[in-house]
Amino acid sequence: MKQEIRVHKHSHPGSGRAHARAHPKGRQVDTDALAQIQALLADRARQRDLLIEYLHLIQDNYGCLSAAHLAALAQELRLALAEVYEVATFYAHFDVVKENEAAAPSITVRVCDSLSCELMGAQALLQELTEGLGTDVRVLRAPCMGRCDTAPVAEVGHYHVDHATVASVREAVQNHHIHPDIPSYKDYDAYVADGGYTLLRACRKGERSVDQVIETMEGSALRGLGGAGFPTGRKWRIVRGYPGPRLMTVNADEGEPGTFKDRYYLERDPHRFLEGMLIAGWAVEAEAFYIYLRDEYPAVREILLKEIAKLQAAGLMAGSAIHLRRGAGAYICGEESAMIESIEGKRGLPRHRPPYVAEVGLFGRPTLVQNVETLYWVREIIEKGPEWFAAHGRNGGKGLRSYSVSGRVKQPGVKLAPAGITVRELIDEYCGGMQDGHSFKAYLPGGASGGILPASMGDLPLEFGSLEQYGCFVGSHAVIILSDQDNTRDAALNLMRFFEDESCGQCTPCRVGTEKAVKLMQQRGWDEPLLQELSQTISDASICGLGQAASNPLRCVLEHFREDWS
Amino acid sequence: MSDTVRFTLDGLEVEAQPGETLWQVAHRLGTTIPHLCYAHKPGYRADGNCRTCMVEIEGERVLAASCIRTATAGMKVTTDNARARSARNGVMELLLADQPPRERAHEHDSQLWQWAERMAVSGSRFPTRDPLPPDASHVAMRVYLDACIHCNLCVRACREVQVNDVIGMAYRGHGSKIVFDFDDPMGASTCVACGECVQACPTGALMEATLVDEQGIGKTDSLTEIASVCPYCGVGCQIAYQVKDNEIIAVQGRDGPANHNRLCVKGRFGFDYINHPHRLKVPLIRRDDAPKNAEGEVNPADPFTHFREATWEEALGVAAGGLTQIRSRDGGQALAGFGSAKGSNEEAYLVQKLVRTGFGTNNVDHCTRLCHASSVAALLEGIGSGAVTAPFTACEDADVIIVIGANPTENHPVAATFFKQAVKQGTTLIVMDPRGQALKRHATYMLQFKPGTDVALINAMLNVIISEKLYNPNYVEAHTEGFENLRRHIKDFTPEAMAEICGVDPDMLRTVARLFAKANAGIIFWGMGISQHVHGTDNARCLIALAMVTGQVGRPGTGLHPLRGQNNVQGASDAGLIPMMYPDYQLVEARDVRKQFEDAWGTPLDAKRGLTVVEIMDAVHAGQIKGMYIMGENPAMSDPDTHHARAGLAKLEHLVVQDIFLTETAFHADVVLPASAWPEKDGTVTNTNRQVQLGRKALELPGDTRQDWWIIQEIARRMGLDWNYKGPSDVFAEMATVMPSLNNITWERLEREDACTYPCDAPDQPGHDIVFGDGFPTASGRAKLVSADVLPPDEQPDAEFPMVLSTGRQLEHWHTGAITRRARVLDEIEPEAVASLSSIDLRRLDISPGDPIRVVTRRGAIELKSRLDSAIPEGCVFVPFCYAEAAANILTNPALDPIGKIPEFKFCAARVEKAGMSAAAE
Repeated sequence: MKQEIRVHKHSHPGSGRAHARAHPKGRQVDTDALAQIQALLADRARQRDLLIEYLHLIQDNYGCLSAAHLAALAQELRLALAEVYEVATFYAHFDVVKENEAAAPSITVRVCDSLSCELMGAQALLQELTEGLGTDVRVLRAPCMGRCDTAPVAEVGHYHVDHATVASVREAVQNHHIHPDIPSYKDYDAYVADGGYTLLRACRKGERSVDQVIETMEGSALRGLGGAGFPTGRKWRIVRGYPGPRLMTVNADEGEPGTFKDRYYLERDPHRFLEGMLIAGWAVEAEAFYIYLRDEYPAVREILLKEIAKLQAAGLMAGSAIHLRRGAGAYICGEESAMIESIEGKRGLPRHRPPYVAEVGLFGRPTLVQNVETLYWVREIIEKGPEWFAAHGRNGGKGLRSYSVSGRVKQPGVKLAPAGITVRELIDEYCGGMQDGHSFKAYLPGGASGGILPASMGDLPLEFGSLEQYGCFVGSHAVIILSDQDNTRDAALNLMRFFEDESCGQCTPCRVGTEKAVKLMQQRGWDEPLLQELSQTISDASICGLGQAASNPLRCVLEHFREDWS
Repeated sequence: MSDTVRFTLDGLEVEAQPGETLWQVAHRLGTTIPHLCYAHKPGYRADGNCRTCMVEIEGERVLAASCIRTATAGMKVTTDNARARSARNGVMELLLADQPPRERAHEHDSQLWQWAERMAVSGSRFPTRDPLPPDASHVAMRVYLDACIHCNLCVRACREVQVNDVIGMAYRGHGSKIVFDFDDPMGASTCVACGECVQACPTGALMEATLVDEQGIGKTDSLTEIASVCPYCGVGCQIAYQVKDNEIIAVQGRDGPANHNRLCVKGRFGFDYINHPHRLKVPLIRRDDAPKNAEGEVNPADPFTHFREATWEEALGVAAGGLTQIRSRDGGQALAGFGSAKGSNEEAYLVQKLVRTGFGTNNVDHCTRLCHASSVAALLEGIGSGAVTAPFTACEDADVIIVIGANPTENHPVAATFFKQAVKQGTTLIVMDPRGQALKRHATYMLQFKPGTDVALINAMLNVIISEKLYNPNYVEAHTEGFENLRRHIKDFTPEAMAEICGVDPDMLRTVARLFAKANAGIIFWGMGISQHVHGTDNARCLIALAMVTGQVGRPGTGLHPLRGQNNVQGASDAGLIPMMYPDYQLVEARDVRKQFEDAWGTPLDAKRGLTVVEIMDAVHAGQIKGMYIMGENPAMSDPDTHHARAGLAKLEHLVVQDIFLTETAFHADVVLPASAWPEKDGTVTNTNRQVQLGRKALELPGDTRQDWWIIQEIARRMGLDWNYKGPSDVFAEMATVMPSLNNITWERLEREDACTYPCDAPDQPGHDIVFGDGFPTASGRAKLVSADVLPPDEQPDAEFPMVLSTGRQLEHWHTGAITRRARVLDEIEPEAVASLSSIDLRRLDISPGDPIRVVTRRGAIELKSRLDSAIPEGCVFVPFCYAEAAANILTNPALDPIGKIPEFKFCAARVEKAGMSAAAE
């Protein structure tokens, strides 16, 4: 027999205004979502630095990042909800879908609206596509996809449509052509057959000393071709000078609008780059390699995944590992310290310098950071000797440069040319001249951030250090040619919009300054003194190169192209 | 230590200390460079993002943020030339472009507006952006992101200072936004309302709700600030009341030794209880037509159904008269008194002195009996001192931190911030607790052992350490006794054997044992998960042995630290509010000690130790104790098997209750004396770190209430004692004469310095944070190692009561809820009784989270809401004991630890069922 239970009830001093929650405070982890995330991650390491990789994994599997999955991932990685959310919402390629929000359509079409594509009609394409692709497709504007020689460009899923038209994009959508086409390239066997990795083995066997190799690099005049132009040999020596353990990262986040040379080499001869990387890593005794590849290069990703596995199989890794990390749509991660933050699984916020990454880099360790193309030249320079490389050059420049040329020229593309070549020489000798009906009006010597110069200044050498006195720089050697049919005011606005979109938001002058600059530049008449003042504040007070260079095009247009804006 | 750096600042050659930034050097030398994202406060790293502090460094292409840049030798820095000024003003103008106008600012005198004024930037020529809407979802705070400048001080406050990890900076660029969790409304997020972000915000984007009007415009009243100390937990945070018209409008953290400006929700938002309509404002005498019974209830809003108003003269006369009558008729042993760990040291001292010299008995105790009595017993036995050997801030110097049987993020929130910060710095954190908890995410190792198996767990660690010879032989040899016994005893407690009992994998036991033993500096923190067991003293003995055999005591980063519960439980115990000891733990049964106190107090004293809290209630039932004086305690809620305790209170011939509210205990009183709340009085309190701190009066007493010390003195006088204290400082001065622990600590010193740690060697020296580096205050000077056997909890689950009930606290509520449930913010966040269970048990019982349930034990039953909490292990139910409508202690088992006399609040057999079936409500 059940005994009658006396329940003790008292009144209480609370106000009785509210009711107890059925759960602890805040969002709770859903058990089903947790099981899905656990199954998806399987035995993958629950490391914080893999957060972005796992966000990709979830989005690739489920088409978006649902709040339930994000909360479950936070628990699995022992991260706070906010830590996961701020990373997931920082990167343009992640689609965070909260409760009661509609999931993203199954196909995303991105239309590049960076300058080269805009010159070739991106805005019209974007408009037409937005109106006509149906309900389960969304069309987004996106920054440079690194295919400026085939502008305008669109991306359907992960398939890039070169010389995109409404028809060709629609066809890709209809055929569900969403995976990248893999170009033919020199694979591991072909590369080895051609003498590849002989040099690396020789280095490791001691047939070449580290000192010798670094001296060779120093003598070759090879400089960082990501845009900063820091002498490569000297950088190796500096990194090597800091106490280990040391790491190496490769910046394959080629995001500077107009630049596509790294993709060019990676899609043709990836092992030449990998061997260069392994030699550099050998020289600085890096314990591990992290390649940070932009998400806009899915074909390269497939190539590298496949070919890196072959390196491991061939026993060429000598105990170290290559981690291929996938960007997620953030130009700022091309800034080396932002890239390092991103590899650590965080938002891509540039760090303050000093300390420099050579001393305090990835995971706080001394880190060698190199661009793809820089490493691409390492083997040939060591094999042929430093003089071979240094002997190239024109107008005082030294070495070879891969100029990514786009815009109003007849034959855009990657042009391997002597350092120091002028833009006029480049157009005439390498690009077949201007497009018919266009006459040369202006050029961007170094992508979005390198400024805009008039044709009248087309005889300056395109080399590190030669354009700074004009408020410009050659950077990643992305040369965009504008013609008499283009308006530099529109170009500068396009570029400022790009910086506004891509500012990480960390510091006031860049975050607020670019936004205000866009608003001011949209006004019919420009307020010159205010724009000058604003330009100065942005460039003087921003933390990193993005902000410091963001107003270069604006300032150039104010100075050289008054007729376009006044 | 690196050297100082010489460089040039504005043309003058200056020196920077190692690590000192340009901003700090300039500030030290008298130039304050504008700053918004940099808070010149402890715990806040410079972030260099707002760019209002730009300076020019010769030879550098761009300007540098002085807040984050350190000097190098020979650097030439200009803080105020045209270029730097132009950039700083430009940045300020950009920020002002998007601000609401100052006349509508959420905080009129925010840092931002003060700097704008100083920099003479009054407006902005730039176009504005669309403002974000306000978020008023939180009861205590408002979010106005239209004033946000993205300086991320709130992110650092939340993530790096408090490490509550709720606030993030989401999205990107000009779309960047401060978010709570997943961009949720603040009130729906995991926010624990510590208010650190509000304190840090330089623009008024995050505000105390009490400081803005309904339109979100900041109130511009001038507030008076009074420095004091928080009245809630044992952490002892220093606070500043911001007062207007005798009302506390807001509270800010101060840079006290235990909190460095940090507070928790209680300390920041839990003060309006003082003005609650239930506040007792006149003395009350029980009506003749209001008989007492165990279940008797009185509406605190209307006590006149059971009481009548009396003058102080009459009330004090009745109160003292009843006690005197029993004393003359039955002798002092028929009386008992409870003091409070929520009062000041001076009040505690006076209560125990009244009981000892006026009542003539040692039947005096307080709630330490219910929290750490077993820890204190083990510590006194083992190392000769009941206090901590190191402050919790010593975790900053530790390699390995063990937190066992404690849930500091809820119960010692500010102490928890130091643990979490230590983990961020790379310290290993080992958390041992049957419940998962917020620290779990931060823990390097989380050992969720079976409830009540603490001895098995720790003995296994001792077994590993001794059998693998990981102990510190030199330390053991020099400073301990009983090692051989322990070595013999511990042999059988292998990880494999103990794993079966405690449910933790043997390899894990080995791992954590080795880590702790091998640590350069290891420190142990424990809470009531250790102490509130029938083997609580054994639990603490094991922890003491663990620290002693490894030599993890007496050095920076090492030690034993029972996290004391109440704001003054350390001080009240020190002051002698315990039945077996006079002030400073001097035994009442030691003849010479007694003689000393008889001399000091000028009266003969009872030679026999008194009864403890639960024993006193038993003695009431036995008819032995007939009269009680209860000052600030609430045994009707806090004693185990509350029904028994309430019946005891009702049975008393004479009960005097002194309190600020009509507590559940006062329901049974004959006389109720309306007393003072903490912000209304001066007094010292001693926190868990042995830091004696001064609380200052901020408000005038309401109604006909009186200072507690005055009330105690008036009772004493009416019982024939010749007391003539003028105030708390007088009492403190007397205490110092009988308490060597207070050497070199004077009231005047505390007025000057706010805090002083004991022991202290000289009036101009700081006290010793870390003690026992060279031996222990035991007879032999050595620590005594006491071994323990594995004993089961008193009441095991069975077929009828298959689950384990554990009780404890919640972040928002304090002790029995008498205060916090009357604080608006705290009441709104946790408004109702709630029991936490695992999803497995809820599913098994077919209960949806939030449904009402009934929890039944052999002692009684309560009904309350269910809560699904993934931290609760299967088979357990957790009920906070602060809810009168479903008092957890109706259910708890009064079985006592034989040494510490502490009840087993953390374990009894229980049954959970859906509410509303086969129950008869009373």
